[in-house]
Amino acid sequence: MLKVEGIDVYYGVIRALKEVSLSVNDGEIVTLIGANGAGKTTTLKTISGLIRPRKGKITFNDYDLTKMAPHEIASLGILQVPEGRRVFGNLTVMENLLMGAYLRKDDISKDLEWVFSLFPRLKERQKQKAGTLSGGEQQMLAIARALMGKPRVMLLDEPSLGLAPLLVLNIFETIQEINKQGVTILLVEQNAYMALQIAHRAYVIETGRVVMEGTGRELLNNEAVKKAYLGG
Amino acid sequence: MENLERFRYIFFIFGLVIIYLVNIILPYINPYYFQIIIFAGINIVLAVSLNVINGLCGQFSLGHAGFMAVGAYFSSFLTFYYKVPFPLALIAGGVLAGLIGLGVGVPTLRLRGDYLAIATLGMGEIIRVILFNLDIVGGARGFPGIPKYTSFFWVYLVVMFVLVSSYSLLKSPQGRAILSIREDEIASEAMGVNTTRFKIFAFIFGAFWAGVAGGLWAHYLQFLHPSSFTFMKSVEVLVMIVLGGLGSISGVAISAVFLTILPELLRYAKVLFNTTVDPRMVIYSLLLILTMLLRPQGLLGGYRRKVKEQ
Ligand SMILES: Nc1ncnc2c1ncn2[C@@H]1O[C@H](COP(=O)(O)OP(=O)(O)O)[C@@H](O)[C@H]1O
Ligand SMILES: [Mg+2]
Repeated sequence: MLKVEGIDVYYGVIRALKEVSLSVNDGEIVTLIGANGAGKTTTLKTISGLIRPRKGKITFNDYDLTKMAPHEIASLGILQVPEGRRVFGNLTVMENLLMGAYLRKDDISKDLEWVFSLFPRLKERQKQKAGTLSGGEQQMLAIARALMGKPRVMLLDEPSLGLAPLLVLNIFETIQEINKQGVTILLVEQNAYMALQIAHRAYVIETGRVVMEGTGRELLNNEAVKKAYLGG
Repeated sequence: MENLERFRYIFFIFGLVIIYLVNIILPYINPYYFQIIIFAGINIVLAVSLNVINGLCGQFSLGHAGFMAVGAYFSSFLTFYYKVPFPLALIAGGVLAGLIGLGVGVPTLRLRGDYLAIATLGMGEIIRVILFNLDIVGGARGFPGIPKYTSFFWVYLVVMFVLVSSYSLLKSPQGRAILSIREDEIASEAMGVNTTRFKIFAFIFGAFWAGVAGGLWAHYLQFLHPSSFTFMKSVEVLVMIVLGGLGSISGVAISAVFLTILPELLRYAKVLFNTTVDPRMVIYSLLLILTMLLRPQGLLGGYRRKVKEQ
């Protein structure tokens, strides 16, 4: 279980997160929704060790993540699909996938097969430089790359950002499929409607503070959430 | 992968045979051309090794003149005073340069950003000031009487080593990790790459070969002076790799040869325009500007830099 307990995060003097707490149980899809600038990315970056909290604790089972370097956290199987995809543009699709499996010493051919079955488009383009893929394909690659690391927990930062509606649907279905294969998922989204549909549980974050939590269905039917995030 | 392994051996053995044969013929060649061939080789070593730091790993080092100076002076010190065998002295020069690289790299490469450029710039100046005041290697008077050990054979043996080791690095999983740092340091870290360690490794790798190149240079010229290792020398190497295409090993090697020959050709330009100033730097600058305008990825195409968002 991934547990965030009362973390405060600062950028210089600006307090970006205020006592944020949340938890993700094994096998769940948990989503964190909120407006632009609410602190969603900051939360994920803090979990993966790219930013240090000034206060509070983050634990994964018995590990204290706040004391670990990013590559150590990754080696626990907590893998981030960063905002804006961040694929390695001058490396090929295949090289990107191999980088995803960087920490592994076991056989990766099964997983390659699996990600290619999830994203057949990537299989066709495995020799192409990642920087020349379309936005949607790059997002698929970013997810596939994280999957190659055999994640136990996958942190997804706005995977639907900037994608055509049909592709958005496709991506969310794939996330569900990945979760069914046993990967725990923490999904950050501005597209609250889609995220709440697939999430087991959800948190709402506003200006650095968690203001609401509940099951996906509860929040979908909540008046305040409807008004603020679901367009009425 | 096996193919690559075999290719590497064939390349190496083939190269050795050629170097051996050419080494026999060379004394009959015009000494002026011979010198250009030697300098071209040394410049290949400098450029290809700087390319590992700046082109493959995406860090920005301006320290190559400094590392070269360390290797040049230390190897000469060893051969001059202690009659240390040449290959050992070369390696010792490289190792000392690498150790200094370690000292500069550890505190600066842990940080993201361009601290390395500033630190290596300062390092180069400090090394020069120290050499100016180090009497045992001549200080400001210079260091004469270094034995002439550098031959075509040694230079191109080192060229082969630096080429083969850079290619091997590039094609290894470690090489891919180094490239991923250049591409996106944060994503690389998220993949579990210990980015600090690889950045330091690439930096020491480059520093080592720069030190070896310095040793070759010293034992060819037989005279050293601290003023040969100014910031401009680092820039010269930088121009080679930018022109050749950051990250492209072959491009960088070819551009090193090209930029060694170019100033020699420009001697005629000096006569032609009847000037007393050396037009070399003007041409360099023009070349750089032209390259950036016409082929920002370098002559033979290196990687495409993308605009980094934070
Ligand atoms: N590198 C940074 N330096 C300073 N402030 C930042 C930085 N990154 C984010 N912030 C600020 O922190 C707040 C939360 O940002 P972020 O976590 O990116 O929001 P979200 O992902 O929900 O859009 C915003 O007010 C943003 O301006
Ligand atoms: Mg964000």
